[in-house]
Amino acid sequence: MAYRHLLAAQVRSQAQYRASLAIDVAGSVLFGVLDIVSVVVLFRVTPTLGGFGFTEVFLMTALASCAFATADLVVGNVERLRQYVRSGLFDALLVRPLSSLAQLMAMDVATRRVGRVAFGVVMLVLAAANAPVEFTPARLALLTVTPIAGAVIFGAVFVATATVAFWWIESGEIANGLTYGGLNFTQYPITIYGAVFRRLFAYAVGFAFVAYYPTLALIDRPDPLGAPAFFGYAAPAIAVMTAVAAGLVWQTGVRHYRSTGS
Amino acid sequence: MIAAVVTNSVFGFLRFAVMLAVIEAGTRTVAGYEEPQLATFVWAGQGLIGVVLLWALPELAERIRTGDVIADLLRPIDPVWQLLAADLGRAGYAVLTRFVVPVVVGALVFDLYAPRRPITYALFLCSMLLATIVCFACRYLVNAAAYWLLDVRGPQTAWTLTSGIFGGLYFPVWFFPHAMAIALIVATPFPSVIQIPLDILVERGLPTVQLGLLGVQAGWVVALLALCRWVQWRGERKLVIQGG
Repeated sequence: MAYRHLLAAQVRSQAQYRASLAIDVAGSVLFGVLDIVSVVVLFRVTPTLGGFGFTEVFLMTALASCAFATADLVVGNVERLRQYVRSGLFDALLVRPLSSLAQLMAMDVATRRVGRVAFGVVMLVLAAANAPVEFTPARLALLTVTPIAGAVIFGAVFVATATVAFWWIESGEIANGLTYGGLNFTQYPITIYGAVFRRLFAYAVGFAFVAYYPTLALIDRPDPLGAPAFFGYAAPAIAVMTAVAAGLVWQTGVRHYRSTGS
Repeated sequence: MIAAVVTNSVFGFLRFAVMLAVIEAGTRTVAGYEEPQLATFVWAGQGLIGVVLLWALPELAERIRTGDVIADLLRPIDPVWQLLAADLGRAGYAVLTRFVVPVVVGALVFDLYAPRRPITYALFLCSMLLATIVCFACRYLVNAAAYWLLDVRGPQTAWTLTSGIFGGLYFPVWFFPHAMAIALIVATPFPSVIQIPLDILVERGLPTVQLGLLGVQAGWVVALLALCRWVQWRGERKLVIQGG
């Protein structure tokens, strides 16, 4: 498989400077630590956040952090598309008989980000053990599937927002509002956000299914906002929908692409 | 530019929602801030990011790595002052654009705290100027690490993390234990970039306290610029222009 060769070559080249890679992995772990520290510090000054206690918000944060870190590892560097479009490098991808998006992912995989994923998994296990979860086989399956579905949702957002570069090269950090902003949003219960903002991020983009609804299902608590209980198990379906939508946006973008000619 | 203010405003909504949740759960104040004060803290903070330019691309490091920095060194003005002058010009423009937009967005949607003492505006402008210089100096030191390391991704990551969490961007440093907050403000440069200007703007403490905070910032400006000069001097002795 050509993709596997591309990917293996990338990982091998990044692993050549061992000390450098080790430092980068450590740095990536620290970004994961930051997600957790923010929650711990906030609960120093407040007993509850949006009606939820520390262990519950900790579980949401761990789920969000895990999902984001995985998406960031696999497709995070798609945000470099901007530079490729500007420099004309994207042409080189299009002439190869492989999918341009898959090539981008394979070329730009950031091996160092495994640090954040690993830390996220440890935190998730810790959070699940601390939260008031009564484990049944269904809940155990939910706990495993949710970070993957969440990663797909984040990945779709990464791809869809990067695609903006096909139309607007100077789009700068506008994608960050949805990607890193999405991480920020999903870390906390959606009950804390204003109605308009919540509708936009939680339902239009689907961020509520990354951590909030799965957490409700895990701790067996009805939604204070009145959503039906099956929402807790809907993440995989939502993930498929966002991935399909992102794929369509990407295809439209590629068709729209005009080389800079440089 | 447009992308930056849109993103800053989105994060304004996100951060203030969390602050609001913290305040609504407990009493009407948290860590000594009332709700409108926190609103100003968050929204002016989102504007301040663009003025001090908290996250800049490591351009100087790239020039050191490629050897282009030699063109800067040939000029009869010290590179620290050259870049500082350019950065202050950029910051002045950013006050009118990147600072104003998030504050207006915040003011349209939420109740912002307007300073009650006229002197606060003058103090805030001074504080913002000092904050810009402190931030410039910190970024300069991160970049100058390239004289020794060539690749500054490590120091860059360290700066991004520490400035955000200990500088008051993600939450006011007063959310930490009191003694730790005081230690951070006095003994590290990070709160001088975001926390101190915002505390002055929302009038936390008496004018005398605020003058003291300006003094802390001024101290950091002097210390960090001196350090920049020294590092630059050492770096020039270390610099090898790669041939070819």
